[in-house]
Parts: sequence; C-alpha cells; structure tokens
Amino acid sequence: MIIYLIKRLFAMAPVIIGVTLISFLIIHLAPGKPTDVMTELNPKITPEARARLEKYYGLDKPILVQYGLWLKRIALLDFGNSFSTDSRPVIDKIWDKKLPVPDRRLSVTILINLLSMLLIIVIAIPVGIYSATRPYSLGDRISTVCVFIGFATPTFWLSLLLMMLFSVKLDWLPISGLKSLNYATLGPWQQVLDKAMHLVLPVFVSAFGGIAGMSRYMRSSMIEAINNDYITTARSKGLTERAVIYKHALRNALLPLVTILGLSIPGLVGGSVIFETIFGIPGMGQLSYQAIMTRDYPVVMGILTISALLTMIGNMTADVCYALVDPRIRVK
Amino acid sequence: MKKIFYILIFFFAAGTLHAQDNDSGASYGDRIVVGTIGEPSVLIPMLASDSASHDVSGLCYNGLVKYDTDLTVIGDLAKSWEVSPDGLTITFHLKPGVLWEDGVEFTTADVKFGFDTIVNPDTPTAYAEDFRQVTKFEIIDTYSFRVTYEKPFAPALTSWGNLTVLPKHLLEGKPITKNDLTRKPLGLGPFRFKEWAAGEKIVMEANKTYFEGRPYLDSYIYRFIPDAATLFLELQSGNIDLMTLTPLQYTRQTDTEYFKKNFQKFKYPLFTYVYLAFNFQHPWFQDKRVRQAIAHGIDKQEIIDGVLLGLGEPATGPYVPNTWPYNPNVKKYDFNLEKARQLLAEAGWRDTDGDGLLDRDGKPFEFSVLVGMGNSVRLNTATIIQWRLEQLGIKMNIRVLEWSTLINEFIDKRRFEAVLLGWSIGLDPDQYDIWHSSKTGEKQLNFISYKNKAVDELLEQGRRVFDVQERKKIYYRMQELLAEDLPYIFLYVPYSLPVVSSRICNIKPAPIGISYNLPTWYVPKKLQKNVRVP
Repeated sequence: MIIYLIKRLFAMAPVIIGVTLISFLIIHLAPGKPTDVMTELNPKITPEARARLEKYYGLDKPILVQYGLWLKRIALLDFGNSFSTDSRPVIDKIWDKKLPVPDRRLSVTILINLLSMLLIIVIAIPVGIYSATRPYSLGDRISTVCVFIGFATPTFWLSLLLMMLFSVKLDWLPISGLKSLNYATLGPWQQVLDKAMHLVLPVFVSAFGGIAGMSRYMRSSMIEAINNDYITTARSKGLTERAVIYKHALRNALLPLVTILGLSIPGLVGGSVIFETIFGIPGMGQLSYQAIMTRDYPVVMGILTISALLTMIGNMTADVCYALVDPRIRVK
Repeated sequence: MKKIFYILIFFFAAGTLHAQDNDSGASYGDRIVVGTIGEPSVLIPMLASDSASHDVSGLCYNGLVKYDTDLTVIGDLAKSWEVSPDGLTITFHLKPGVLWEDGVEFTTADVKFGFDTIVNPDTPTAYAEDFRQVTKFEIIDTYSFRVTYEKPFAPALTSWGNLTVLPKHLLEGKPITKNDLTRKPLGLGPFRFKEWAAGEKIVMEANKTYFEGRPYLDSYIYRFIPDAATLFLELQSGNIDLMTLTPLQYTRQTDTEYFKKNFQKFKYPLFTYVYLAFNFQHPWFQDKRVRQAIAHGIDKQEIIDGVLLGLGEPATGPYVPNTWPYNPNVKKYDFNLEKARQLLAEAGWRDTDGDGLLDRDGKPFEFSVLVGMGNSVRLNTATIIQWRLEQLGIKMNIRVLEWSTLINEFIDKRRFEAVLLGWSIGLDPDQYDIWHSSKTGEKQLNFISYKNKAVDELLEQGRRVFDVQERKKIYYRMQELLAEDLPYIFLYVPYSLPVVSSRICNIKPAPIGISYNLPTWYVPKKLQKNVRVP
C-alpha cells in the first residue's frame, strides 16, 4: 500500500508540469495583457511607457522563458507577485497570514463548501434511499420532480429571490457579506451567530443543485444494490427489511459516492464565481474571476496549480478510501 | 396586530418629519456607507488605475490643485501659482501648516519626492508622461517650487493633482510598490484610513487635523458588493447610504413612496460620451456626405429614450454639456431620412437593382460595426441604429467581441469598418491624442485615421495657451470643424445617477458631480442612527 502511494505521488510530478504548461500557454494565448488596464485607450501612454511597463512585468521575454522562470520560482514554493496594481504576493491573496484563519480567502471558500457538502449528504442520502426503496411511488415521483426543479433552477435567480424574501421582506437574514458592519463590537457568541446568519443563504444556495444531483446518484446506486442476489439471500434468511436495506444494501450503495466525493475535493477550493459574486463573499471564486478578467497571470497560475494539486490529491484519496471500504479492489 | 403596526409606522414617520423640521444645523457624527461593485486594488494614487482605488485614495491624499464646481482650476494644497509669460515655467506656493496624519508638515520636499518617484522608470504607473515633460524641478523653499517645461503645455497645470503628493518621511528608500502604504495609506486628506477587510469593506475615519477642518461625518465606509442586484437590495434595506443606480433602477424601481421618503436621487452628465466611428481608411467613409447622411439617419433622442430611458443628453461634440469647453452652437444633424437619402444620392449611392439596398459600382452598402461584449446599452444602441439605417437602404451588421479582442485585434490593427465605443474624457479639454493626424500609428488613439490640418493646428494651439478664455475660443472652433467633418457621429452623454440616503444633508450637485464637498456633508443630530458608543 505504501509503495503504491509513493508511486502515485511520483507520478504526479509530470502531470503537474503538463497541466501548468498547458494552462500557462492558454492564458497567454488569450488576447490582452495585464498591462492593458493601465495602457489601453489611455491618451497618456506613449509606446515607450508601454514597453517600460511590459519590461517591468517581464512580458517582453519569449513565452517559454517566462514559463521557465515561473517554474523555477514554483520549485522554491514562491508563487510570485500579482500583476495587478497592488503587486501583492499571490500567496497573500489566497492565504493572508495577517488575517485570522477563518477570514482567509481559501478558508472562507472551504468552509462554505464543506458546510454545503455536509448539507448535501445529510439531505440527499435519505432522499435517495427513500426513492429507491419505493420506486415509482408517489413519494418517489414527487422527489424526482423536485430534483429536476433543483437541477433547472439558476443559482443567481434563486439567490435573489431568497434575498428578497428573507432579507428585504422578512428581515430575518443579512443580504450579503460574511459579517455585519458592527461585527467588531459584538461578543464572541454574537460573532459566531452573526457569521452563521450570513452563511445560511450562501450555503443553502450552493448546496441546492448538489442535493438534486447527489440524491439521483444515491437513488440509482441503491436500486442497483437492492436488485443484487445477496439482498435476496439476506431477505430469504429472514432478516428484517430494516437490516436488509441499511446494513446490506446501503453499505454497497455508498461505494460510488466515495468516488464522487473524492472528485468534488477540487471544487472545495475553486469556489463559485456566481454565488460569491451575488452574496459578496470574499472567497476564491471572486479572486480567480478578477484575476482572469485582468489577465493577472501569476494569480491565475497560482490558483490553477493549487487546484490541480488538490484534484490529484483528491483522486488519490478517493482511490485509497475505495481500497479501504471495498475489499474487492485492494491492490495486492 | 396590523393596526398596531400602522400606528407604529405613523409614529415613526411623524417622528422623522419632526426631526427634520427642528434640527437643520450641521452637526458632527454618524457615518456614510458607500456601496460599489469594484474593490480598490492599491491606495497610492500614482499606482492605481481603477476608479475605486482613486475614489478611496482621493480621500486620503489631496492634490496641489483641484477643479472647482464649474471646472476651473483652483488651489487645494497650493495656495497660489504663477505661470511665466512664455508658458514654460510654473511656480507653486504651498499652503503652510498642512500636516500629515502623523503630525509631520507637508512641504515641497514631499512633492519633489512624489515627482522623482513618478518619473522613475521602475515605477509601474500610467501617469508618468505629463511629468516627463518637466525638464527641471527646483525647490525654492519649504513652501515654493518651480517646474520648467520644454514646450508650453497647458494640461500640465492640472496634472499637479494628488499623484505626486506622498509622505517622503515614510516612503524614502522603500520600493513604491512594496511598502505598507499601498494598503494602509497615511495621508493628509479629510479622512484617515482605518481598516481594509479584503473583499468586504474599507473603513475611514474623520481626520481631526484636516487643514480645512474635520469633516462632519465620523466615518466613511466603502463596501464592495460585486453584484449590482445585491447592491440594490442592500440599499433598499438601508444598509447602504450611497450608490449609483442604473437607468432602469432610477426610473422604474425607485419611484415608490418609500424611496422618495428615504432617499434623494441626483442626475448629472457623466464625463463620457458614446459615439459611432468610421474607419477613414475605408473608401466609402472618406466621403463626408456619407457620414453626414448617416448622422441624419440616426435619431439620438430615440436612442436616449430607448436605451437610457431618457437619462442622457444628445452629444454634439467631444465635450460634455454645461462645461466650459462645450460649444452648444455647432452644426447639428436632425433626424431627417429625406435629407439623408439626398446626401447619399449625391455621393452616388442609389438602389439600382431594386433589392432595397443602396449600391454603387455594383457593390451594396453593407458594413459591420464592432461592439464590446457585455455592454447591453451599447449593443441596444447599435441595434436601433441598425434598424434606422435599414430604412435608408444601408445594411449594418453588428459584431459583438470580447473587449481585449476588440481592442488588440481589431482597433489596434485598424481591422474595422465602423465601431461603437465610448470615451471617458478628462477634465482638461486637451484631446490631442484623439484627433491629431500624428496620432494614427499602431495602438495610438486616432485609430480612425482622421486627418484635418485646421484641427491639428487648433489642438497644438490649445496646448500652448493657459488662459481659459483663449482656450475656450480654440476648442469652440475645433468643435465647429468636428461637427462639420463628423469623424465620429457623437451619440449621447449618459447621466450618472447617484442615490443618497435622505439622512445626509448638504449635497449640492454640480457639473463635476456630488462628492466634491463630501467633508461638509452632515447628518442632523436627530437623524443620526449610528451613534458611536464611547
């Protein structure tokens, strides 16, 4: 097992280089440059000033040289400085050490996504089991309809409707942001409550589509499990229906979910541009969107590299978990 | 239950009215929460290139000079200045006793430091060019300095805004891009920086030692909410005191009793105009009659009513109405399809094959206009023009392109027939870079390749003369020539539509906007809702 893990870790290096090289080339292929914000259609910019700015950011070098320089820095775990006018180190934008841990961009996104994943699991698994054990019943049909509504609802529209209802009309929840303006003056428990109130809508909205999808997966894998011979065996030896479903069927039905959860690990870091923008949440989605729009290459590359790494780690973890829960596929 | 509710509302309403009647004097206290879509990036003016950064850093750093409400130049940190008769040197005299937040006095040494920094090739700034024209910077004494230019350069005076005002004692020897002040400014303006929560807000507090007296408001909070719809909901719930509305929000969503009672709306022309430009390298558009005919075929008021819901003004030239360089009496092109057809016929465009399209030399009159992606107002404008030109027998296709592609691949390389764009114009009337025939090279801004000797001369003169009345004559004449030549069809000037909580008093809209007198805005004592707990 350990040898297998080490092998997998080594196999990651060429993949990372491939991923970053392709990403690097693609973002440089897009028209526009980071200096455009300053120079484009600006009457006060002379060709010399433009050249000076490009030289300052090292954009005058051939693209492969730029990639080489970037790779050299990354090898020393230095993500470089942002090309936006603030010139902050990329790592500070993602993980600002001056802030308390929960306020850092990466933790904000991870927190929201973890909560929403938890919500998805808590709701989707029981719904899936319910539908699978009573296929084509009225309850199953209702939940199927709900699932498709969930799939089809645009996040931004749902968010605005919920905000109008719960925040403007009823005034129960705050509209946007993660903290109230008077946050600093609150006591520790009030601060937790304040944050929790701010999180209700974003977590619900980000879980909404996921609940729909996950309950479908759960339903189909549960139906498949129930149709297996071992379930017939379990029933014939006189086990209660409860034990049959929850002990024998469910355990097997949960296997595919391990893969799906493993694959959603990169999503934990990526964050969503749509709901982070609508709810004004300072997370990773907002950061990467801004970075892409302003062609802030170091920030885009930093985020891509971290996501690529986490995706691979996620896949590996999923494989390991798979081996742990499913004796059939353990490597000898 | 409902009854009690109504009674409560009644009492609250009565209470508010009462307070307004009783207490009209200016008083200290309360705060203003400004909501915007964009987050500042850096708070040193010379490094900033976005409006959010300039908005916030402008509260910390004043300039040597500033624009008055009627756009004339007046002193800010400078008490006075003299321009030598040949226009080559400007001598500034600073106000004595202006203090940085930390108590150190602001002097000419700070300006010299700012100047040296901005012209330093290692400073990534978009504003160096005006300062590179300076051949000599001499400090005369603590409060006076003289700058010498190679050629007389009228826009130079207003370049001495807040770009070169930096605290030398804190920044000397440190790289300008990497020091604490980029995100924690220490200035001398009406507000002091207190806190920046990334992705959330910036908090500023009244500067008690501000040289014009402390502002009435205790604090100024700048909140960033990237989504316009969310921002508007926050305004409705009273969590934001000031934001800019869209025309739709201004006309349709804020016309309620609630809004009239709780908010004050303003409108004034933005320093922007939208235009349809033709590529002069294309033979069809070199003919003035064709451009004039198209102008007659477009109903500007119809576009303003349709896409801006009436919240804009027709543009007649490259200046904004109600500012001193704006000439209201230039040739105007009324909406007149007959006249348009006649002009086109004179230029040889007739529908000879009866397919509804004009043609000349066997070629139908069909061209494409380029529009930037994501700007629905411009796209709608193009659609209305398309429909109107169709009535003239001209087929205009609309091509929507991603902004960087539009600029880099089409405008810069001159690969276009027509383009619908807007210019944000500076407060100085100099537009040398846009109209002068020497500015037609790649990436230069006269991308339509417009060449007119008389306009060139006026542009050169306008840069040499400092006297406002003289300059006015020059730019009036230039607008007459542009209106006759029509290198662009000037379409409209949109309005800025700010909305402010009615709690806040003493807002006096002027051609330069509303925020110029922010330090004197106040909330009457009885309306103050955010009382600070000691």
